[in-house]
Amino acid sequence: MKLNHWWHWVILAGLAVAVIFIPVPAGAAAPTERTFRVEASRFEYSPAVVKVNPGDRVTIELVATDVVHGLAIDGYDLQTTADPGKTARITFTADRSGTFRFHCTVTCGNMHPFMTGKLEVGQNTLLWRAMALVGLALFAGVWKGRR
Amino acid sequence: MTRLQEFPWTEKATIDVAVPQPVKTRTLPTQLNLYRIPWLQAALANPWPQFLLRVVMLMGFLFTIVVALLGSRVGSHNFAIIMVWIAWWTTLKLGFIPLGGRSWCSICPIPLPGEWLQQGGIMEKGKRRLGLHLKWPKALRGSWLQSGGFLLIGMFSAITLTDPQVTGWVLLALFALAVGMSLVFEHRAFCSYICPIGGFSGMYSKAAPVEVKVIDKEVCAQHGDKSCYRACPWGVYPLAMKDSSTCGLCMECLRACPKDNLALNLRPYGTDLARPVQSTRLDETFLALIMLGSALVFSAVFLGPWGWLKMSAYNIGSQAWLVYAASFLALNLLVLPGIFAMCVAAWKKISHSSLPLRRLIAQEAQGLLPLGLLAWMAFTISFALPKLNFVVGVINDPFGWGWKLLGASSGGGLDVSQISLLLQVFLLVVSVFWSARVTRKLSTTDEKISRPTNYPLLAFYLVYAGAFLWLLAG
Repeated sequence: MKLNHWWHWVILAGLAVAVIFIPVPAGAAAPTERTFRVEASRFEYSPAVVKVNPGDRVTIELVATDVVHGLAIDGYDLQTTADPGKTARITFTADRSGTFRFHCTVTCGNMHPFMTGKLEVGQNTLLWRAMALVGLALFAGVWKGRR
Repeated sequence: MTRLQEFPWTEKATIDVAVPQPVKTRTLPTQLNLYRIPWLQAALANPWPQFLLRVVMLMGFLFTIVVALLGSRVGSHNFAIIMVWIAWWTTLKLGFIPLGGRSWCSICPIPLPGEWLQQGGIMEKGKRRLGLHLKWPKALRGSWLQSGGFLLIGMFSAITLTDPQVTGWVLLALFALAVGMSLVFEHRAFCSYICPIGGFSGMYSKAAPVEVKVIDKEVCAQHGDKSCYRACPWGVYPLAMKDSSTCGLCMECLRACPKDNLALNLRPYGTDLARPVQSTRLDETFLALIMLGSALVFSAVFLGPWGWLKMSAYNIGSQAWLVYAASFLALNLLVLPGIFAMCVAAWKKISHSSLPLRRLIAQEAQGLLPLGLLAWMAFTISFALPKLNFVVGVINDPFGWGWKLLGASSGGGLDVSQISLLLQVFLLVVSVFWSARVTRKLSTTDEKISRPTNYPLLAFYLVYAGAFLWLLAG
C-alpha cells in the first residue's frame, strides 16, 4: 500500500463503519396483537415465513398434522411441542428486530434437523447492510489488486 | 499436473536462474519454514506419530461404517451421521482446508490398506508388492471424475446426509474403490483422480497458507537419486510442482530428502492464486463452479424454509426428485458455467485480450476459489455448528440403542444463530474482497489489455454473494 493512498483506505473504512452502524428508521406501524396458525408436517411449516412488526404481540398456534413436532425460535428462547392433531400455543412480544429461524425440536424423521421456518420482525437490516459491505469489499478488492 | 511421468523433461530441465533483485530494506519475510522449528521437525521427521494417527483414524472409520449399517436408522441418533457430516465436515471445512490446505489427506484412513498392499509393507516398501501398478489413463487425468463424484453425492445429498445406512454404504464403496484402485493403478490414483474430497481440498489448497516446496531448485535438479519422488505415495515430484493442489502434505519427501532441501512453508493466503496459466484445461474451472453451485443448492435445501424443496431432494426416484436432480445438474453444468464463460467472453471483448477464450476461462477461474472456499465455510457454520451438541449424544450412545457410555444426555441445542449470521456475513465480505483482488491482479498480468478492470466477473461475484447472503441471512 502506497503511503499517498492511505486516505483511500480510511474513506473505505469510514464507509464500512457507517454501513454497519448507521441507524435505519423503524417502520411506522403501531404494535398490534397478531395470531398465526402454523401447520407442521414432515419436514415443513406452513406458512414457513411469519412476518410481524416490531413490538407486536404475537401468538403462534402450532398444529402438528402427522407426527409430533416442535417449534423453537432462535434468538427468542421460546419453544413448544404439539402432538398430532392438537394445537400448542406460544405468545411473545416481538421486541427484537431481524430475521430469526425457527426449527423443529422433536425428532420427526431423517430430515428433522433441517425442518425450518423464518420469523421476520420488521426490516431485515442485516441483509441490506451485508449487501452494502459486499459492495464495498468488491471495490476494496479491486483497489488492492492493482499492481 | 505435476507428476513426474507427465514431465519427461524434468531430468534435463533448465533451472530458472535467479536474477539479482535490488535489496529492499526492512521487508518482512513472506514465508516461514516450519520444518526448521526443532520440535516440529522432530515430530514430522518421525513417521510414527502420523502413522499412529492414521491407524486411529482407520479404526474410527471402520467403526463408523459398522455403526452406520447396524445402528439406529434415525440420523440424529446415529454416530455415523453426526461424526461424518457434522463433526468431520465442520473440522474439514473450518479447520483442515483453510488452515492446512490438503492436510486432511495426510491422515485420511481411506487409502491406507490399499497403500499397504500396493507397497507390500506397512511402514516401508516390501519386496513383494501387490497389484498391477498401471499408470492412470491420460484421458482421465484432471479433476473431471472428482467433479462427477461430487455431483453424484450432491444429487443424493438429502438422503446421504441423513440416512445412516446410505452413509455407511457410501463410505464402504469409497473404501473398496480406494483399495481396488491401489491394486490396479500406481500411486494414489483414487485420491488424485476419484475422491471428491481430494478434488476440492486440492483445488482450495492453492489458497491455503501451507505448502511443501523445494528450497533450492539447483540442488534438487542435480540430485540424480530423486529420493523425494520415489518416496512420494502420490507420485509427485516436488521440483515440478507448480502449486499445492497435488501435494497431499504426507511429509514423505521431507523425510526422504538427503539434502534437507524441502521446506514446509507457512505462507500468505492465496500465494498460488492470480498467476497466469498456460493450460487450457477446464476441469478445475468446472470443479470450482460446481462447488459454487452446490453451496447455493445445499443452502437452499438444508437451511431454507421450503419444505417442498427438502422433500424433492429427499424422495429419491420420485418425479419431484427427478426435477430436483435435473435442476441441480443444469445449474452446475450449464447455467453457472454458461454465465461464467459469457462473463469472461465479454471481458475479453472489452479488454481486447489476446489470450484464447479457453485459456482465459481457465485463468480467470482462479478468482472463483476464494469465493467458493469462504461460501462453503459460511454454509458449514449454519449447517453444522447448531448441531454440534449432537456429538456428545452419539458418543454417549453411538448405535442409538439407549446406551449411556458417558452417563450423560446430550443436553439442549446451542443457539448460535446470531453469532453465526455475523460470521457468515464476515466470511462472504472477505470472499468478495479476495476474489475481486485476485481477478484484478490477473488483469494486470496481461499488459496488452486496454481495460484492466474485469467488470463482468466482478458482477458475477456480486450477484453470487448477494444470492448467498439472501439464502443465509434473508
